[in-house]
Amino acid sequence: MLFYVARRLVSGLVLAVMVTLITFLLLAPSFNGIVGNRLGSAATPETVAQMKAQMGLDRPLATQYVDWLSHAVRGDLGRSYFTGIPVRDAVEQHLGVTLSIVLVTLMLTVVVSVALGVLAASKGGLVDRAVQALSLTGHLIPNLLIAIVLVYLLAVKSRLVPATGFTSLADDPAKWAQSIFIPVIALLIASVAGLTAQVRGTMIDELRKDYVRMLRTRGVPTRSVVLRHALRNAAGPALTVLSFEFVAMLGGALIIEKVFAIPGFGSYAFDASLQGDIPIIMGITVFAVLLVVVVNLTVDLVNGWLNPKARIF
Amino acid sequence: MTAQAPAPRRRRSLAGRLLRDPQAVAAASVLLIIVVLGLIGPLLTSHGPNEASLDSINADPGTPGYLLGGDRSGQDILARLLASINTSVVSALIGTSIALLVGVSAGLVGGYYDRIRGGAEWLFSLIMTFPGLLLLIVLLPLTKGDFKVTMVIFGVLLSPGVYRLTRNLVVGVKNELFVDAARVSGLSDPRILRRHVLFAVRGPVIIATAFLAGASIGVQSGLSFLGVGPATTPSFGAMIAGGFAELYTEPLQFVWPSLMLGMMTASLVLFGNALRDALEGATRKPVKIKPVRPEPRTTGDAPAGLLVVEDLAIAYPTPSGELREVVSGVSLSLDAGETLGLVGESGSGKTQTAFAILRVLPAEAVVTRGSIRLDGREILGLKEKDMRALRGRSIAYVPQEPMSNLDPSFTVGDQLVEGLRAAKGLSRKEARAQALALLERVGIAEPERTFRCYPHQISGGMAQRVLIAGAVASRPVLLIADEPTTALDVTVQAEILDLLRDLQKELGMALLLVTHNFGVVADICDRISVMREGQIVETGTALEVFREPAHPYTRMLLDCVLDENTVRTDPPPASVPAHAEEEQR
Repeated sequence: MLFYVARRLVSGLVLAVMVTLITFLLLAPSFNGIVGNRLGSAATPETVAQMKAQMGLDRPLATQYVDWLSHAVRGDLGRSYFTGIPVRDAVEQHLGVTLSIVLVTLMLTVVVSVALGVLAASKGGLVDRAVQALSLTGHLIPNLLIAIVLVYLLAVKSRLVPATGFTSLADDPAKWAQSIFIPVIALLIASVAGLTAQVRGTMIDELRKDYVRMLRTRGVPTRSVVLRHALRNAAGPALTVLSFEFVAMLGGALIIEKVFAIPGFGSYAFDASLQGDIPIIMGITVFAVLLVVVVNLTVDLVNGWLNPKARIF
Repeated sequence: MTAQAPAPRRRRSLAGRLLRDPQAVAAASVLLIIVVLGLIGPLLTSHGPNEASLDSINADPGTPGYLLGGDRSGQDILARLLASINTSVVSALIGTSIALLVGVSAGLVGGYYDRIRGGAEWLFSLIMTFPGLLLLIVLLPLTKGDFKVTMVIFGVLLSPGVYRLTRNLVVGVKNELFVDAARVSGLSDPRILRRHVLFAVRGPVIIATAFLAGASIGVQSGLSFLGVGPATTPSFGAMIAGGFAELYTEPLQFVWPSLMLGMMTASLVLFGNALRDALEGATRKPVKIKPVRPEPRTTGDAPAGLLVVEDLAIAYPTPSGELREVVSGVSLSLDAGETLGLVGESGSGKTQTAFAILRVLPAEAVVTRGSIRLDGREILGLKEKDMRALRGRSIAYVPQEPMSNLDPSFTVGDQLVEGLRAAKGLSRKEARAQALALLERVGIAEPERTFRCYPHQISGGMAQRVLIAGAVASRPVLLIADEPTTALDVTVQAEILDLLRDLQKELGMALLLVTHNFGVVADICDRISVMREGQIVETGTALEVFREPAHPYTRMLLDCVLDENTVRTDPPPASVPAHAEEEQR
């Protein structure tokens, strides 16, 4: 078990190194443009070259990357070109904001999707059609539109919650809940649509299996057959979909963050990219990849625990 | 007969089926109209999409030359709307074709050549690790916001899904007979991949295309909403952002692009769904756990017996919507403690009859007529709750395939305990003790150990003993065993039959033994009902039927056993009944 986790973590680290290397190489052709932007009207071929030398961007790419990596493994991700703040602190802070929204959304997604998916699969008929229609609509409406309509109804019209801005959980839990209310709902609709379809599909397959009939012939109550047995067997694939939705949300929250002026991970990445703030871009890549590695490992461990055949501990 | 024979027929009917599906026709028409509108856009408007004029800033809809009005830069909203269609269509084309090109070719090669697959897997899981939208943003310095370059990268990001889809299909289809045949006949690998494998996997890939296009359009508008890309590229996203800024003064500016974007994605998804239905058949209906609809009781003096089935008919809906009977008018009866063999070949309706008695038929099955009485009590109209009580205590069931009838996620003990508690309302501790005693009774050497095992840790024979233990746990008056030995090794078969016979004597149960095997019947049954094509063709005592089979079909079944000196365990060939009928004439 420990060996398995260690092996997966090591392969995750290798993956992180690969991803940052590829990102770095993809960014390399735009170094001149970035330096030029930074110099603004003072940019001449001479000043650009001078600036590049000053920033160390004129060195061979391999040297630059190894230099960055050797600092990164010691936890030093450098400083922003523009603000001078340490990258690690800045990224951690913005990631915290996004995670506080995304994690709440994920928890609600699980509750709502399992309820709807199980209901649709076990009741069938009209309930099933209604859930399928809801799920399709959730896929269709760009969450941008949902966000704007919600802002209009809840914040502008009835003034129940603030329209934009963000209060951190540590500062004031009540205000935090208010400030993430609309963003969470806007993100929730799309992720519920995806997960509900998955839960419904797997539950329908599970409920057709022989062991379900067997349990029914023993007089086991329907509730236990559906919720204890079929749902447990359907949980694995649903969990995998949930992990995909988490990864998608890391970047996908960007649009919501922009609409609501929330200083999150996505909008921070966006601003840094527009400016060409390479240390921050690299830092964001590192954090994103490590998060994905941790999430995938967690999903594998939970799936292993759910499925006795794949159990590794 | 060739494996490819049905394919052309299916392809021809695909277009036909799509044309008959109103959803497909509507979605496709909307898409087509939108695309054409985008193409002929310049003809419909008097201003170019980037032509701005100070006079027309926020012009009202209907202003001459500005049908939908002007936006905050004084550009014609209609012209920009129509030009945005083209941007979306180009995005969809680029994103989809890159994803398909990379995904399908890698999937074909990776699925066909085992040696290459490892590398391909690694590469695509690497791509999947990039959080999509975030990567597009991180690479802004590289793409400079150009939507075409962005869509090329997005296409690569979409490719792992296509790769996995193709790879799975290819691995599945690679060992099919028609591919083998092509290989044997000397076709080269690339040619086989192109001609045969690609042909077989096209269905799901076509369906995926609709969704890839939708995703590309969504991401392109999302990025342009954020202000990525030059202002001279008209896009729904940019228009929505502009309209959002004017939400309070000119709400319509926000509505037009949202509506158009919504319509495009909606028709793509609906068309994709219709394609899926047409290519793969409609999605499976969910299981309804609800009682079979009650039947009027047959009146008159009903025959007595523990179990009386009269004129039972079961039908399933066909794809065309009619009902097709699989059991038509079956009558049988069983006295307490008696053993009845229900014999017939596969597909004769034996198992359906058994499921009807237990009331566990699949949801789509319809009991069209008849009566099933246990101890004089009609069970076809019983509420599910009452039926459940009956199932736990009076009727029990032993299945054909032991492994699939155990829940893989729970231990053997858990499942026995749950059944015992449901049927007899025992405490956890009592149920555990009884379960262990039962495991010992059915001949399991180490009950404690087996109790703690998961189904995949025990053998098929053990699993069948466990299921028998679960069935007899509540001392039922009727045990229905559906081919209880068919899936087992020959050596275990006899032991299981002995166990059933012993338990039957011990508990005084009636046994309804469903089988196709006369050897088993001869071994254990008092009476026999022979079933064929949904009907009982002959009923009698075991001795009578063996000595003087009245129906030619019974004779034929018996010949299969007696002529060969060995007990057949597979069903007789399906063509034989036809001969038997000819003889009869």
